[in-house]
Amino acid sequence: MSLKIERRQELDLRMFYMTPVLAVVLTVLAGFLLFMFMGYDPFLGIYYFFISPLLSGYGLAELGLKASPLILIAVGLAIGFRANVWNIGAEGQLTMGAVAGGGLALALIDVQGFWVLPLICIAGILGGMAWAAIPAFLKARWDVNEILTSLMLTYVATLFLSTLVFGPWKDPMGFNFPQSEMFSDSAILPIVLEGTRLHLGVIVALLVAVAGWVLMTRTIIGFQVRVVGQAPAAAAFAGFSRKRMIWLSLLTSGGLAGLAGLFEVAGPIGQLIPSISPGYGFTAIIVAFLGRLHPIGIIGAGLIMALSYIGGENAQVEAGMPQAVTGLFQGLLLFFLLASDFLARYRIRFEAPTSRTTARKEASAQ
Amino acid sequence: MNESFVLGLVTIISAATPLLLAALGELVVERSGVLNLGVEGMMLAGAVTGFAVTVTTGSATLGIVCAMAAGMAMAFTFGVLTLSLMANQVATGLALTIFGIGLSSLVGAGFVGIAVDPLPKLNIPGVSTMPVIGPLLFSHDFLIYASVALTAGVAWFLKRSRGGMILRAVGESDESAHSIGYDVIRVRYMAVLFGGLTSGLAGAFLSLSYTPLWIENMTAGRGWIALALVVFATWRPWWVLFGAYLFGGVTILQLRAQAEGWFDVPSQVMSMLPYIATILVLTIISAGPWRARLKAPACLGKPFRPAS
Repeated sequence: MSLKIERRQELDLRMFYMTPVLAVVLTVLAGFLLFMFMGYDPFLGIYYFFISPLLSGYGLAELGLKASPLILIAVGLAIGFRANVWNIGAEGQLTMGAVAGGGLALALIDVQGFWVLPLICIAGILGGMAWAAIPAFLKARWDVNEILTSLMLTYVATLFLSTLVFGPWKDPMGFNFPQSEMFSDSAILPIVLEGTRLHLGVIVALLVAVAGWVLMTRTIIGFQVRVVGQAPAAAAFAGFSRKRMIWLSLLTSGGLAGLAGLFEVAGPIGQLIPSISPGYGFTAIIVAFLGRLHPIGIIGAGLIMALSYIGGENAQVEAGMPQAVTGLFQGLLLFFLLASDFLARYRIRFEAPTSRTTARKEASAQ
Repeated sequence: MNESFVLGLVTIISAATPLLLAALGELVVERSGVLNLGVEGMMLAGAVTGFAVTVTTGSATLGIVCAMAAGMAMAFTFGVLTLSLMANQVATGLALTIFGIGLSSLVGAGFVGIAVDPLPKLNIPGVSTMPVIGPLLFSHDFLIYASVALTAGVAWFLKRSRGGMILRAVGESDESAHSIGYDVIRVRYMAVLFGGLTSGLAGAFLSLSYTPLWIENMTAGRGWIALALVVFATWRPWWVLFGAYLFGGVTILQLRAQAEGWFDVPSQVMSMLPYIATILVLTIISAGPWRARLKAPACLGKPFRPAS
């Protein structure tokens, strides 16, 4: 028997949509081994990490709360990834969205009114867009690598937020803690599920995913994005502008990341603090891939990655496991996904070795 | 020249060395046609392994060897995914970084707050006591000398050796290299492993020499800056050295400015400088009249599978 690998003529779609499931299963198995290796009861570890968060209403609400920013950001990133524009700095755009929207919320702290919330949302979107416009401009104008610029800007954004909350925006009554004043009630997202922290953002995230799906499958823009990514030469021939795609994908993903950042500060946090996200901007990259760059798939993937956050917290509280396990699982999941995608693109066949006579026959036939 | 100025220059060399080591490896990887964005993850793996092994066994040499092995193990994972399983190189590199951050903070959790003795300085007899050039050139730890030697080695290898020629051929035209009988995948595996080795070494330098302790996420974007340096250097080793020292200079200058209060700005604003400098330098190198010499290896980032 010998192993033969051949490229499939077409992507095996059934496999293509099955591999995320396979990757999740492999990650859970790897988690089992990891827990065992670390000296924890593996069954208990799996239970704390992947199951017990799902057993309470509160846990499910937290799942939606953490999935919302991931879905929002990943839908935007997926558009860029399809067009071969690699925005890696969503974390920075999220931060700047929080700074812009949160700054406005602080300026309007004494103002009441239903219009405050929409206004700070717009500010959040614009903040994220502005931050993404920098790599977009550099990429479109001089072809500067957007992976590196968007990532460097993430460090700058985090330091900028820190400058503000340690300095001019620090709450004067806050016992010198690096945090702003609490936002007024008008600037806080309404809760959609009484008794939980689940806020309006979850509905917005779902709507954005649906809108993203319509954009990508039903409009000419979505078509252009896919052509630019898959066949740049054909796209140039058809007159689709690559520069427009760069702007479109970076501004969209930046704006959505900014909105996600604002939702964090105007939602569960309620003020500006130095660290507003446990790496949602980076995790959303995995969510986009796990969801097959498809907005509806991204909803499912967002929920799974949200579980890794909640499971990590849960395992930390219940079993004293280090928080870092979450990041490890997220990396592993992406590894397994990328590895198992091989099955969708290639066919592996086991063949009996050809006997001498048939080999000779084949040779003479040629 | 006063003493503190010389000391400042010495710290610049120290700050530049991890960037130089990591960027040299990535340069070789990219010249073979592979883009590994996981430098940050491999550096963290090296940093935590080097530190943990040194603390546990008491041997820094063993720590450094294990750090290189850890970087190579990470790089090997990247190789299997991108070279054997043809996964997207950008996505896999990101996965490597995310994984490396998680793994290193998990392994390092038990080592926070411990300090080790920094690597010993190798004083070159006779010249290390000379004023100015003594401390500047002849009184460093082993890894700093090694990083300069490695620059020369990589430059020689790429330009003069047969192996370097094959490696460049593979990076410029994988199809032709394959058709004249070179094993493209094998060459790329070796390049990727070399990249892991130097990134691991760069990490070990951080946790054993630069700041001899383990801090979660202690690379702070240096892996990404190393990637930018390769572009800045337009894939030439001696330019990587120049770029690394330039960035070392920016880093130390802003740290000094923070410490001495040279400018009336918050310390965070000064901390932004290395990152902003990276963006500026990338822009200048992409936009300026040098653009004509922007010679990325032609096959950079493209997967290759020999037609069978």
